[in-house]
Amino acid sequence: MSSKQKKLVALLADVDATTVEHAKEMGLSPDEFDRATALIGRVPNKVELGCISAMWSEHCSYKSSRVHLRRLPTTGPRVLVGPGENAGVVDVEPEKANGWAVAFKVESHNHPSYIEPYQGAATGVGGILRDVFTMGARPIAAMNLLRFGRVDHEKTPALVDGVVRGIGGYGNCFGVPTVWSTAEFDRAYDGNVLVNAFALGVLQKDAIWKGNASGVGNPVMYVGAKTGRDGIHGATMASDSFSEGQEQERPTVQVGDPFKEKLLVEACLELFARGSELLVGIQDMGAAGLTSSAFEMASRAGSGVALDLDQVPMRETGMTAYEIMLSESQERMLLVAQRGKEAAVRAIFAKWDLDCTVVGAVTDDGLVRLTRGGVEVCRLPAAPLADEAPRYERPHVPPPPPPPLSRDDTRALLARPADAIRDVLLSPTLAPKTWVYRQYDREVGAGTLMDGTQASAALVRVPGTDKAVAMALCCNSRHCSLDPHEGAKRAVVEGYARVAAVGAIAIGVTDCLNYGSPQVPEQMGQIVAGVDGIAEACRTLDVPVVSGNVSLYNQTDDKAVLPTPTVGVVGVVDDVHKVAPAQGLKAGDVLLRLGEPPTSVDGSFAVWQHAGRKGGLAKLDLSSTTALCALVRALRTGGNVLDARPVLAGGLATTIFEVARQCDLVARATLPEGEDFLTGFLGEDRLTFLVVVDNQGIDAVRARCAAAGIECAVLGSLGVAPSFRLADAQGERVFDADFKALVDAAEAIVPALVSGPRARSAS
Amino acid sequence: MTVAVITFPGSNCDRDCVTAVTEACGGAATRVFHKETALPSSTTAVILPGGFSFGDYLRCGAMAARSDIMPAVQRFADSGGPVLGICNGFQILCEAQLLPGALLRNKDGRFHCEEVELDVVGRSPLLTYAPGETIVLPIAHGEGNYFADDDTLAQLEREQRIAFRYKALDSDGNGVVNGARQGIAGVIGGPKRNVIGLMPHPERRCRALLGGDDGQPLLRALVTSTFALSTRGAA
Repeated sequence: MSSKQKKLVALLADVDATTVEHAKEMGLSPDEFDRATALIGRVPNKVELGCISAMWSEHCSYKSSRVHLRRLPTTGPRVLVGPGENAGVVDVEPEKANGWAVAFKVESHNHPSYIEPYQGAATGVGGILRDVFTMGARPIAAMNLLRFGRVDHEKTPALVDGVVRGIGGYGNCFGVPTVWSTAEFDRAYDGNVLVNAFALGVLQKDAIWKGNASGVGNPVMYVGAKTGRDGIHGATMASDSFSEGQEQERPTVQVGDPFKEKLLVEACLELFARGSELLVGIQDMGAAGLTSSAFEMASRAGSGVALDLDQVPMRETGMTAYEIMLSESQERMLLVAQRGKEAAVRAIFAKWDLDCTVVGAVTDDGLVRLTRGGVEVCRLPAAPLADEAPRYERPHVPPPPPPPLSRDDTRALLARPADAIRDVLLSPTLAPKTWVYRQYDREVGAGTLMDGTQASAALVRVPGTDKAVAMALCCNSRHCSLDPHEGAKRAVVEGYARVAAVGAIAIGVTDCLNYGSPQVPEQMGQIVAGVDGIAEACRTLDVPVVSGNVSLYNQTDDKAVLPTPTVGVVGVVDDVHKVAPAQGLKAGDVLLRLGEPPTSVDGSFAVWQHAGRKGGLAKLDLSSTTALCALVRALRTGGNVLDARPVLAGGLATTIFEVARQCDLVARATLPEGEDFLTGFLGEDRLTFLVVVDNQGIDAVRARCAAAGIECAVLGSLGVAPSFRLADAQGERVFDADFKALVDAAEAIVPALVSGPRARSAS
Repeated sequence: MTVAVITFPGSNCDRDCVTAVTEACGGAATRVFHKETALPSSTTAVILPGGFSFGDYLRCGAMAARSDIMPAVQRFADSGGPVLGICNGFQILCEAQLLPGALLRNKDGRFHCEEVELDVVGRSPLLTYAPGETIVLPIAHGEGNYFADDDTLAQLEREQRIAFRYKALDSDGNGVVNGARQGIAGVIGGPKRNVIGLMPHPERRCRALLGGDDGQPLLRALVTSTFALSTRGAA
């Protein structure tokens, strides 16, 4: 909804009847307006239409994706809470009746982050943290997946700087370690950045809270920050495409206060600890603010709520009911307390200097009734609006396959193979993100065993136990562009392999589906294929999807982002002592490759760099993937290997360089006889692992591989020679570079792109 | 005997300090809320933990230094009781004038979370490291750029009250990571050298499992403290 169109709605008073024109301004189609009118038996007034349009926005209702999301596997013996709640909950101690569980979810904050990068990213973190602690969990880890436009686009430096500062500014102050971050650059994101934020918390599995407004007469209480005019209709903005000049939408971006949220989490956890003696249900006010929390809480419990909006704490004067209901001011929660316990609830929040006000009560009429100044301004059925949002089976066609690779496309690659390797290692997308990580407190909580600067997945201890939770946030958008089904499938495989490499078994998945417009059949086709790809991988690997988010309309005018189904995989390690980094890697340690070698450079980062979206992507065999990951996991927990990494974007060259850089030892590697240099070092069509073993341990690993029928090749070793060297068996093709200079060049890439001549000072 | 860990609104390392004291050092610890006006009578040492007390709004540490519990902490320190301020706790000790100097924004304007090498340099009963020892601890701060005027720096040096120095110094002799004057990462105060403030986080390096145990001697010195206020309840 662009600013020039807002005039009609602005002229309307809260209780004035609306028309189809008003509905269009609020992002509803004429059909949806008719549906709403039919549902309530009359024309909605302005407040009512505002509530309906927010609830039925793509962002809140998943109206274009819901029919497809049903195909995801969402159940399993460890699943305690599946999709539909604020976050999914998975058991990490199935052997105990009242042991630990983890709550986690990933969510997008793409549109706001493009318009106002610092606050957009910060409130993305704040929102996902609230989703997690609303379930009763204390957040112990955060991750993010970022996508920016090409590095020489004029907006990129300020976007990178603002988003990274925003994520750090919020998470660091709140006190959650940000243990994983991935940032990539592609011109497809020039007009639409992606900011996907993940949070994970721990809770006792017999103390899970849900957003239920039950018990007629129980008080509905509002806690946290006051309501202002910020973020009004944010959910609707997030459900629309951008057009040029949309920076004027800044007023629809919320402003975050991480300190307030820190107080809120501590107060809520104190309240939860008192159990059902005080509390009935709780929900955060995220997208669509008070509207979605009121409707969803009543709908889940099959009850109604009556709210007196005059009681809502307000930051500004003269706010209308419409503004109060659609504000997306941050750090607010709605809760239903036990009747008569208001004072005890209030005392807990008062200890933390937070407002806590009774704003209404639970009713049995199934309605959400709102009054402002003594006048009823809204009377809508809760359940139908929340549950019976429109669902669309949008037309979709398979996205056209990429054009084939021609000889011209790969001529440069083949002619100068060493340059091809250097281009990959020094690409902004694959360059180290040390500059980013350094701005995140990765250790607050004192439970971080490994973060993304040290391993293929983050590993965080479950407090007070020997268990740890492994996690990674993944998507190879280039693969998804080449083949939306296979790419999404591989995103799950990547996460599964990453957690296996730190010794964890995957126990749950959360996803955030970032795509273009569902109203363009080719793009809808990408969404459908992406869901199917995730479903296929999750089913075969036996990992359920327990939470998620869909972000559509990531496009400017008619240019959409690369399909980016972000997949967060969470795994568990039962004994951290078995996988903890021992004494580190040392000179003389040996590099092995496990798994069948790549067969082609098709689908590789190197080809994308030189030719763009061309060629194809081979189908990955999932059953051999499972076996390979199981072996790596066993080697890791058995202490047979010192380090293990799945070989992913950028191929073996990138993985070897990453290990060398992180342990500050020079690597030298030679491919086995008969393998092509470029395919061996840059190919990504099959899944392999790079593992590092002590010189004495080679035979044991070889024997384990032989027993499992998995190929194992000795590639080389770590040492202190000055040059980093990759070669084929004949020594005909060689990449040889001064290690220190290569590391310095790689580390300089991200800081240089931010502090370049176009960068402006940050907020 | 308990280590009192003060919880201010926005403290986020208070629980980590309790865990380090109890799990890694075998001591006892109690969290004390900032609205209290007295320390528990069994208090033998005090930790002001890291975090963003009062959101670091106004000036980091400024509001916390004026909270209800601080007069009791002041009396405890003045009587010779061991007090450790970590990160935001260091900032609070400076704002409360229990330690000299101030912590400014990092020179490059950015938050830094990374491991740093530190030289242990000063003299304090709480510093049980070997003389001249180098240790590795993580920092995580946006405002760790230690500043004091020349006279104060000279006095700290003379009295051996610089507890830790960053090993990496720039050409002006200041800390590379944040610009701290003379690379000062921690200072010593109190009548019996019993107050230490430092920017790095010793509570995050108390177990090899968590990446190292170079922080343990500092926390262990608090745990083994037998200090007791002579007049119970005075604090």
